[in-house]
Amino acid sequence: MSFINYASREINCKIVYYGPGLCGKTTNLQYIYNKTADGAKGKMISLATETERTLFFDFLPLELGEIRGFKTRFHLYTVPGQVFYDASRKLILRGVDGVVFVADSQEERMDANVESLDNLRYNLEEQGYDLDKLPYVVQYNKRDLAEIVAVDELQRELNPTAVPDFEACAVTGEGVFETLKAVAKLVLVDLKKGR
Amino acid sequence: MPNPQLVMYDEEYRLVTALCEKLLREANARVIFLVDKNGQLIAGVGETERFDTTSLASLTAGNIAATGGLAKLIGEKEFSILFHEGEKDNLHISIVAGRVILVVLFDNRSSLGLVRLRVKKASEELAALFNGLMKKAEEKEKSGNPEFPFAEITDEDIDNLFR
Ligand SMILES: Nc1nc2c(ncn2[C@@H]2O[C@H](COP(=O)(O)OP(=O)(O)O)[C@@H](O)[C@H]2O)c(=O)[nH]1
Ligand SMILES: [Mg+2]
Repeated sequence: MSFINYASREINCKIVYYGPGLCGKTTNLQYIYNKTADGAKGKMISLATETERTLFFDFLPLELGEIRGFKTRFHLYTVPGQVFYDASRKLILRGVDGVVFVADSQEERMDANVESLDNLRYNLEEQGYDLDKLPYVVQYNKRDLAEIVAVDELQRELNPTAVPDFEACAVTGEGVFETLKAVAKLVLVDLKKGR
Repeated sequence: MPNPQLVMYDEEYRLVTALCEKLLREANARVIFLVDKNGQLIAGVGETERFDTTSLASLTAGNIAATGGLAKLIGEKEFSILFHEGEKDNLHISIVAGRVILVVLFDNRSSLGLVRLRVKKASEELAALFNGLMKKAEEKEKSGNPEFPFAEITDEDIDNLFR
C-alpha cells in the first residue's frame, strides 16, 4: 500500500517485478539504476547468492519528481524466481501497489512463464489481492535471442486480459523504461481513483 | 484491500518525532527509526544522516517479514522483538501497534536492558498514537479528504514525471 506523508509531502509506492528464474528481473532494475541520475535514485540492494541469483529480493528506490507538491517515490522490488523460494515471494508481495510480470520469450521457458504467472495470481489471492484489479503490466523480455515465441502467442498465453505489454531486451535497455513508466502511471491513476 | 493505506499528517508527525526523540535520550541510543511494515521510512531521529535510511527501512521490513514467516512455521504469531549484536553497534527491532517497526541503534554507551525497558514504555505511547492515526485516516477517507493531493491529478502531471 502506498504511504502518503502529508508532513514531509511525500508519497511512496511499491512496485514488484515478478517472473520465472533468469527471465531478467534483476537486469531490468540494474538498467534502470545505471540510467538514472544520482540525485533521483538510492542505493540498489541485491540480496543474492554467491552466483548472483536473487536470494530474497533486489531493491531500488527511485524519486521521480513532484506531483502537486508531493515528492513521488517508487520502490522497485524483484522476487527470487526459482520455485523453492515461494515463501520469500509471498513476503515481497505484501503491500504491493503495482506489478510487472517479466516473461522470458525463449521457447524453452514457456512452461516456466505460465507456472510463474499462475503462482503470482495465487500468491496475490492468498493475501487478498486480485491481479485483475491491481495496476499490472507485462514485459516480453529477451527479444534479442534466436529461439523465441512470437509476440501474439505470448499475448494469448500470458496476457489474456490485454493489460499494457511491452517487448524488451533488458540487457540493452530496450523496453525497460517503457515498462516502468506504464506501471507507474497505472499506480498513480489508481491512487486517484481510490478516493 | 489487505492493509489500509498508511498516511501521516503534520500533527501526528510532530508527536511521533517527539516520542522518538524522548526515547533516543532515555535509551541513550544513537539513532531511532520508525518503518512501515512495507519498508517505507516513517520517521528517524538522532544521527540519521550517517545512515542510508531508505535502504535501512527496506531491509528492516524484509527482516521482519522473514522472521515473521519463520515464526508462523513454528506456530508462533510473530517474534515481537529482534536483537542483532555487533562489535560496536547493536540493533533492537520491535513491532508497534501490529504494523509499525521501531528500530533502535545503540552502542556501548547504552545496554540491552535499558533499551528494552525504554522501548517498552515508548511502544505503548507510539501504539496509542498510531491507532489514533489509523482511525483519523479512515474517517478522512470516508468523508472525502479535501487535502488529498491526487484527486485531481491529470495525465499531464503523470507524463511530466517521466520527462
Ligand atoms: N540475451 C538476453 N539476456 C538477458 C536479457 N535480460 C536478461 N538477460 C540475461 O539473463 C540472465 C538472468 O538475468 P537476471 O536479471 O539475473 O534474471 P532474474 O532471475 O529474473 O533476476 C543474465 O545472464 C542476464 O544477463 C535479455 O533481454 N536478453
Ligand atoms: Mg534476480
